[in-house]
Amino acid sequence: MSDIIVRTGGEAGDGIASLGETVARCFARMGLHVFGLNAYQSVIRGGHVWFQARASAVRPYSQGDGADVLYCLNRETFEIHRVDLRPGATIIYDPEKFAIAPGDVPTGARLLPVPTLAIARKYTSQAILQNAPGLGAMAYLAGIPLPILQGALSDSFGRKAGDVVTWNLGASADGYEFARQHSGANDRAVSPRGEGKLLLTGNQAIALGAAAGGVKFLAQYPMTPASGIMHWMAAHSRDLGIVVKQAEDELAAINMAVGASFGGVRAMTATSGGGFSLMVEALGMAGMTETPVVVVESQRAGPSTGLPTKTEQGDLRLMIGAGQGEFPRAILAPSHPKEAYQAAIDAFRLSEEWQTPILLASDLHLSENYATVDRDEIALNVPIAPIATASAPATGEYLRYAYTPSGVSPRSVPGQPGLQFVAGSDEHDAKGHLISDVKAGVPIWVAERAKMMDKRMRKLEGLRAAAPPPLLEGPAGADLTFVAWGSTVGAIRDAMPILAAQGISTNLLFVRTVYPLRSDIVRSALEGARATLLVEANYSGQLGQLIRQETGLLLPHRLLKYDGEPFYPHEIVAKAREVTGHGGH
Amino acid sequence: MADTSAPALRASTGPALPVIGKSDTKPTWCPGCGDFSVLAAVEMALKRLRIPSHNVAVVSGIGCSSNLPHFLSSYGFHAIHGRALPVAEGIRWANHGLTVIATGGDGDGFGIGAGHFVHTMRRNVDLTYVTMDNQIYGLTTGQASPTSMMGQRTKSTPNGVIEAPVDPIALALASGATYVARGFSGDVKHLADLVANGIQHRGFSFVDVFSPCVTYNKLNTFDFFRQRVYKLENAGHDPTNLGLAFQRAIEWGDKIPIGLFYTVDRPTYEDLEEVLSAGPLAQQPAGLAGRSTLLDEFA
Ligand SMILES: Cc1ncc(C[n+]2csc(CCOP(=O)(O)OP(=O)(O)O)c2C)c(N)n1
Ligand code: SF4
Repeated sequence: MSDIIVRTGGEAGDGIASLGETVARCFARMGLHVFGLNAYQSVIRGGHVWFQARASAVRPYSQGDGADVLYCLNRETFEIHRVDLRPGATIIYDPEKFAIAPGDVPTGARLLPVPTLAIARKYTSQAILQNAPGLGAMAYLAGIPLPILQGALSDSFGRKAGDVVTWNLGASADGYEFARQHSGANDRAVSPRGEGKLLLTGNQAIALGAAAGGVKFLAQYPMTPASGIMHWMAAHSRDLGIVVKQAEDELAAINMAVGASFGGVRAMTATSGGGFSLMVEALGMAGMTETPVVVVESQRAGPSTGLPTKTEQGDLRLMIGAGQGEFPRAILAPSHPKEAYQAAIDAFRLSEEWQTPILLASDLHLSENYATVDRDEIALNVPIAPIATASAPATGEYLRYAYTPSGVSPRSVPGQPGLQFVAGSDEHDAKGHLISDVKAGVPIWVAERAKMMDKRMRKLEGLRAAAPPPLLEGPAGADLTFVAWGSTVGAIRDAMPILAAQGISTNLLFVRTVYPLRSDIVRSALEGARATLLVEANYSGQLGQLIRQETGLLLPHRLLKYDGEPFYPHEIVAKAREVTGHGGH
Repeated sequence: MADTSAPALRASTGPALPVIGKSDTKPTWCPGCGDFSVLAAVEMALKRLRIPSHNVAVVSGIGCSSNLPHFLSSYGFHAIHGRALPVAEGIRWANHGLTVIATGGDGDGFGIGAGHFVHTMRRNVDLTYVTMDNQIYGLTTGQASPTSMMGQRTKSTPNGVIEAPVDPIALALASGATYVARGFSGDVKHLADLVANGIQHRGFSFVDVFSPCVTYNKLNTFDFFRQRVYKLENAGHDPTNLGLAFQRAIEWGDKIPIGLFYTVDRPTYEDLEEVLSAGPLAQQPAGLAGRSTLLDEFA
C-alpha cells in the first residue's frame, strides 16, 4: 500500500488531538482514505499523548506501522518515537525548545528544525499559537496543498473569528513555507485524488447509525470510551428530535431506555464495561419483558476501572453471560466506522423484530479513532417499521406474550385502547399474568413456565439466522485463516496484503455477530482452513473459547494482546509468518 | 414511528373509553395488608379523574407492594427491584400524553432505589409516586427497611435497628419534589384525595403511605398510626411554605402528620425538554431519510 503516516506528539493539553484531527481531515478532503489514531492517557494535563494520521488511496484499516513525518512538540516525543520511523522519515522540532544531538538521529531519518516559537512570536506573545507553524510544516511534507490546510484549520475554529484564527492561518502558512524552503517533501507525500471523504469516529458512526435506525431516546452516564455517542447525540438532539438524557447512573440509564421503549420509541443506552456491569439486571428485564433495547458496550482495558483510555476486547464473556437466567440477545461486533454505522441500524432492526436486547460491541480503538467513508457508503434512508404490531383481537382477549412459532408476539404500546397488558419482570403467562407466586410449582403452571421459556428462546434461533453472518474475506484455500471480531479486524486486513507480497496467502473469518454464533458457517470455514490464527485483544482468547464451545474446534494458534494498545499490522505479520513456518525473519 | 392514536394530554373529563378498574387478577396480599387500601385509593383517584385505562401506565419495582400494577386494568410495567422510577421516567418521555404512576415499597424506593428517588424529584418529572411504606421488607419475610425505626427488632436486626431511618418526606422536600404528601391506609378517602391531587399536579408528586404490613411489622400497625396521625389540613398548615413543611416532616412521636406537606409550581422536565414541545416523542417522525446535509459536518 502506498501510504503516508504522519505522527505528532506532546503533552496532554498541548492540543495534539486537534492537530492530528486537522491533518486527518486534510487527507480526507484530498479524497484519500484515512485512519487516525488518537493515543492519550487518563489525565487532562501532562503525560504523553500522540496522534497518528495515515492516508492512502486504498483504505487503510489501521494506524499502520512507523511514521514518515514526526512532529515533536517536546523532547519526550522524540525519545519515545524515534525508534518507530520508516526509512526517509522527517523529524520536525524546534531547536529553541530542545536540541537533538546528531548522534541521536535515527539512521535514514532527516531533521527539519522549524523555528515554531519564533514564528508564533511574530503574531502574539501568547502561547496559543505554537502548534500552527509545525502543522504547516507537517502539511507541506505530507503533500497537503496549502488551501486545503487553511480550509480545515479555519473550519476547526468553527464560528469563532478574530485574531486567533488569523494568526493561526498566518503562522501555519509560515511553517508551510519554511518547510518548502528548507526541505523537500517526504518521499511518500500524497496528492489530491477526487471527491473528499467523510471522516468520523466509531462513536459518531454508531450515533449516526442509531439515528438513521430510528432511535428517539438515548440515556447514558458518562464513561470513556462510550461518551462520544452521547456527545454527538446531545449536539443533534433538537435538530433530530431525539431526547438525550444524562442519567444519574447506568442503572437508571438502561431502565430509562427500557421504559422509553415500552412507551413506544426506539431507545438505547451506551457505556463501557464498568457501566455495563451495572446494567446487567435490567438487560435481563428487557429480555424477560420482551422489550427491545439497544446497548452499546464500548470496551476498555479492565478489570475494574482498568485502563480507562486504553483498548481491549475483554468483555465478550461478560456480554454473552450478562444477566441471571437465560434470554435471547445478539452481540454485533463491527470493526470500522463504516460497519459500525450499519451495525447500529441492524441493532435497532433486530431489537424491534425480535423484541429483545441487542448489544453493539465496540471498544476504544473503534469508538474513538477516526476513519473515512465515502458519502454513498452512508445510506441514510432506512425504512422505520411501526413499533406497535398488535391490533384488537376479533375474538377473545389480547395476549401480549402469545405463543407463536417464531417466539415473537404482537406488541402493543400504552395509548392503544383495549390492548393493555402488564410487562412483568417476573415469569408470566401468555397474558402477562405472573406465574411466579401463588401459581409457582403448581403442575399446569410448571408446564407453562417451560413453554414460556421455549417461546422466548425460539427468538434466539431466529436471531441466529437474522443477524449478520460471519464473513470469509480474502482468497479461498489460503495458507492461513485469521479469526477475529471487532476492531482487531483492522490490523489483520492491513497485514493481509503485506503477507501476500511475501508470498503467504491469508484470509480472514470475521465474526460480525459474536453471539449467537453461526457455528455452521464458522465450522465449515475453519474445517476447510489449512491453518488458523485467532487474534484477539484479551488474555484468554474469548472468541476462541466460544468457538470451541459451539463447534468443538480448537484454534491452536493465538495472538493475544492485553497491554491496552491496539494491534499493529507488523505484529500480525510476524505471528502469521511464524504459524505458517516462515518464522525467524 | 409508533402508530398509536394520540392520547389526550391529561384528560380531566374523560372520553367515552373505559376508565380504570380492577383487572381480572386478584391481589395476593395477606388479608388485612395495608396495600389493599392503596390499590383502592389509586383506583378511586383515576376513576374520579376519568382517565381512560389505556392512557395510564402504572410502574413498580419488586416487593409485595410492587405487585399493584397487576391488579388494575391499565398498562403496567412490573420492573426489577428499585428501578420503578427510571422506567417510569422513560415511559413519560416516550409519551408524555400518558398518566404515569409509579408505586412500590420503602425498600424499593428508599433503599435500593434511593438514588433514582432523589434525581427524579430534582428533575420534576411529571409523574405520581405512591410508596407503600410499611417500614419493613415484606416480600423477603421481614427484614429491616430504610424506614424501620431505631431499635426495631426484625429478622435481620434481632438486637434492634442501630441506624437512623430515612425520612422520605424531608428527603423529598430537600430534593425538589413539587408535591409532597403522606397518607395512611387507614383512611382510604383521604388517601384517594391525595393521590388524585397528585395526579393532577403538574410535576413530581410524592405520596408516602403508611401501609402496615400486618404479617411482619408488629410495631407500626394500624393501631400505632390510628393513635398518632393527624391531618395537616386540620392543623392550619400552609403547604406553600417550604420551611414549615420541613418542620412538619420531622415530627415523629405521639403526633405524626398526614396530608399535604408542600406544593409548588415549577416547570416540569417535560416542559423544559425542547424536543417534547413538538408532541409526544412516540408520535414524532424517526430516522434520517432526506437528511443528507447532516453528513457535511464530517466532510
Ligand atoms: C436486586 C434484588 N435484590 C434483592 C431482591 C429481593 N427483594 C425482593 S422484594 C425486597 C424488599 C421488599 O421490601 P419493600 O420494597 O419495602 O416492599 P414490601 O415487600 O415491603 O412491599 C427484596 C430485598 C430482589 N428482588 N432484587
Ligand atoms: S407480607 Fe406484609 S406487606 Fe406483604 S402482603 Fe403480607 S402484610 Fe402485606
